[in-house]
Parts: sequence; structure tokens; C-alpha cells
Amino acid sequence: MKRYKIEEKVFNVLMKVATGIILLSLIWILATIVYKGLPYMSWDMVSRTPQGGFYMGKEGGVLNAIVGSLYLAGGSTILALFISLPVVLYLNVYRRKKSAFSTFIRSSLDILWGIPSIVYGAFGFTLMLLFGLKTSLLAGIITLTLLIIPIMIRAMDEVMLTIPKGLFEASYSLGATRFETATKVAIRKTLPGIVTAILISFGRAVGDAASVLFTAGFTDNIPTSLSQPAASLPLAIFFQLGTPVPEVQGRAYASALILTLLILAISLSSRYFTKRYLKNKI
Amino acid sequence: MSSQGRILKDKIAHKVMLAFVWLTIILLLVIALGLFIKAWPLFKTVSISDLLFSTTWVPYEGKFGMLSFIISTFWVTGVATVIAVPLCLLCAIYLSEYANKKVIAWVSPLIDILAGIPSVIFGIWGVIVIVPFVRDILAPMFGVSSTGYSILAGGIVLSIMVFPIVIYVLLEVFKTVPEDLRNAALSLGANKWIMIRKVLLRKAGPGIISAIVLGFSRALGETLAVLMVVGNVVDLPSNPLEAGYPLPAMIANNYGELLSIPMYDSALMLCALVLFVIVVFFNIIARIILRRIEKKIS
Repeated sequence: MKRYKIEEKVFNVLMKVATGIILLSLIWILATIVYKGLPYMSWDMVSRTPQGGFYMGKEGGVLNAIVGSLYLAGGSTILALFISLPVVLYLNVYRRKKSAFSTFIRSSLDILWGIPSIVYGAFGFTLMLLFGLKTSLLAGIITLTLLIIPIMIRAMDEVMLTIPKGLFEASYSLGATRFETATKVAIRKTLPGIVTAILISFGRAVGDAASVLFTAGFTDNIPTSLSQPAASLPLAIFFQLGTPVPEVQGRAYASALILTLLILAISLSSRYFTKRYLKNKI
Repeated sequence: MSSQGRILKDKIAHKVMLAFVWLTIILLLVIALGLFIKAWPLFKTVSISDLLFSTTWVPYEGKFGMLSFIISTFWVTGVATVIAVPLCLLCAIYLSEYANKKVIAWVSPLIDILAGIPSVIFGIWGVIVIVPFVRDILAPMFGVSSTGYSILAGGIVLSIMVFPIVIYVLLEVFKTVPEDLRNAALSLGANKWIMIRKVLLRKAGPGIISAIVLGFSRALGETLAVLMVVGNVVDLPSNPLEAGYPLPAMIANNYGELLSIPMYDSALMLCALVLFVIVVFFNIIARIILRRIEKKIS
């Protein structure tokens, strides 16, 4: 008995240390990015595209990458929403009862969710060759859409599962069809949760690099049509860090800070919507 | 609107939704098929055993032995798993059994934030912090000289990236152990620690394994962060302080030359296919275990 008490004490300390290490690594990462990136932050960074000789240390900023990332993430999030919402509604309204088929759907989505983004990138590349597309905003958006569909569906599915059965029964007993129940009850009830799911997917799309590497390409200009290549923040960071010029590497840190702030903003607003959701949960 | 119209709308919506469902499910097969078709020309000229079990990677001569990439992938992922599993297990037990609500309210959002940080940010942090740490402190400790860009650096960065998913799954698994079982153990006079060791960990055993496998397969495919710190040297690594070249990093690094060397695109797509097969295999195992646990409970 005494042995266990000592053991418990030892492990209690170890557990706190482990939790501390995990949290500390997050703080360390954020602190490093802020510390390294802040000195190189300037208004030029976020308001100008790369000018001539930018990658040798001349003037300019990463506006091309910021706008490119927002285009890529925005486009893919909208496309993914159009595909995810019907799937989620099907799972939660039309097939509310657990069946072998619904388990199969969820399992397939789980597997899709686990596939690495580089594989999506390679697959997007084969699609591009098949349709004769060049690296472009459109190809990037399509690849990212495939990547975030499972993320979005899972996140929405989780909130929809919490809708009480009684709510559906009430809706049906008033004579509503399943489709009406889906649009007027299920979606409305989980709206903040759906917004959270959209934000999470958007965040993933902004931060992902491996899938757009093959498909969206990179450019110093802001794309004006879907068929032009588009830059993205993660790739801008990667390429700038790869140059031997310290000034440009510094800009990589600043770009990393911009990306981190963007992700934190998305993360915080999704937390806000989750809280709203929890508040009006029955 | 007439009720017939409404019912018709309902039925059409049903069909449309079902179509989208199938579209998503088929995606899995389409990805595998697409990669396979692109890799197919390679199978005609090079034998599969030469592709998978040879270390000679000379694209100009049409030699595409990817063994060193596969071994590197498992090295990096293995190092990450060894670091991440004990930390995550301890953290998850703490959060699920000991921590009070206040601590949880602080810790869980932070883990959420960690989960959302993009790969490239981990990479840049690895270059700034971990690579010099390996070069100046860890390597001299073992009496080896290293540039710091090594499997170990990749493993350390990766381990942090998989913390959130492993902790999430562990917490879910611990939740499935019935409260009654814990109380029964405690009422028999066990203290909390004995209960954790003899009841919680035993009951949650398969779930813990699936959490580890899920983290492991997440780590297998991580690209950019690893690419930035792992060194990218085509060679069979013999210890973690050497540079490695995992599959995802290799695919990402060579996309530029993709179309200039014959068969090169096929080889890279085959690499993606191999990665796909490995990851899907581990994912299926983990999910089967988790589904079984869920079933037992309901």
C-alpha cells in the first residue's frame, strides 16, 4: 500500500511535468515566432507584393501570398461546404438511426481524414494532368477542397449528433418533411457549430502547404483569374527561408508571424462560436 | 405549397444527398486508382521488389529503389512516437483523472491551438530552435558531429505536432471506461493510482494502442515541417543523429523536376501510393479497435 502511495506521488509529479512540457512547447513556438518575426514586421510586408529582387533582399512584401492564401482557403471552404452539408444532413436527418451504412460512411470519412495532405497534393497533380490544367488557383482550390471535406464533415457531424431526438419528432409531428426538418430545424439549431466547422476547415486550408505545392504553384503577382497560379503564405515562408540572404530569412519569420496571427484569429473566433453553440444547447 | 410538391422536394433532396455521400466515399478509391494508374508504367519496366526493397535511387538511370525513403519515414515517425507517447499518456491521465475543472479549462484550449498551428510554423521553429539544439548539445553529448538537420530533429518536431491528436483520442478512450468501474475499485479500498493502473489502463488498453497508431499514422504523412529539419540526404540512416529523407519530404522536394526525367512522375506517384497504403492500413487498424470499444459500450 505504501509503495503505491509513493508511486502515485512520483507519477503525479511526472504527469504535471508532461502536461507542462506539452503546453510549454506551444508557448515556446509562439514566442519564437513573435520574437524572430516582430523586428522584420513592417507595413510593406502586408501591403505590397514582391518587387524586383525581393528574394535578394530588395523591397516588397508578401501581399501576394496573403491574398493567394485567402483566395485558396476561401474558395475551397465554400466548395467544401456545398459537398459537406448534404452529406452531414443525410447522415443526421435521413439516416438518423445507426445502421451499417451510416457506420460505413463515417468510417470512410475517418480514413479520408487520416490521409496526408501530400497524398492529396499528388492526387491533385494527377487530376491536373488528366484535365490538362496548369498549376493554378483553380487546381489549388480543388485539391484543398478534397483535403478539408473530411475535416468539415466530421466537425459538423459532431454537433449535429447532439441534436435531441425530441426535436426531430416534434418537427415530424407537425407534418414537416425530412428535408424541411433538415433545413429549418437541424441547420438552424446547429448554426454556430456549423460556423465553427467552417472556420476550422478554413484554418486548415490556410495553413496547408503540401497539397498546394503541386497544384497552385507560386507567383509574385496577385491572381486575377482562376487559371493563374497563386502564391500561399506557407510556401512563401518556405521559399524565403530557403534563401541564403539574412534579410529575406527575416521576412520569412515575419511571414510566419502573419500566418500565426491569422490562424490564432481563426482559432479564437471558432472558440467563440463553439461557446455560443453550447449556450443554446438544450 | 402542395403537400405533393413538398414530398417530391424531400425525395429529390434525398437522392442528391445520397449522391454526395457516394461521391465522398468513392473519393478514397479514386485517389488510390489515380495514383496507381500514374505509377503503372513503372511496374512494366522495373520489378516491384526492385522498387520497394532497393536503396539505389538514380532517376537519370531509371533506378527507383525507395527503400531508404521508406526506412527514413519509419525512423522519423518512430522517434516521434517514442517521445510523444509517454508524454501524451501522462498528460491524458492527468487531465482525465486528476486535474480539476479550472486546469482543464486552461489546458484544453491551448491544446486546440496547438492542433491548429500549420506545419510550416513547426518547421520554422524546428530550424530556429531544434536544429541548433541537436547540433550543439545533443550530438556532442554522444560524441558525434552533426549538422543538426537530422532524423532526431524531425522526430522531435513531429512529436509536438502529434500531441493534440493522441491526447484527444486518449481522453475519448478514457471517457468510455464506465464511472461505476472506477468507483467499484475505489470502494474496495484502492487509491486513485491503483485504480488507474489496474482498472483504467487495463480497460483502456486497446484504445490506448489505437490512439498511438492514429498519432503514428498522422506523423507518417507530415511533410513540410519534417522536410525543413530532417536533412534530406538519400542514404540508409543507421542512427537518429544522421540525416534522413522520408517519403513525403522526397515527394515535395522533387515536384519541380517531375516532368523533365522519364518515369520520374510515375516514381513520385508510386511513392505517394506507398504512403497512402501505409497510412490507410494503420488508420483502418486503429479505427477497427475504436469502433469495437464504442460498440461494447453502447
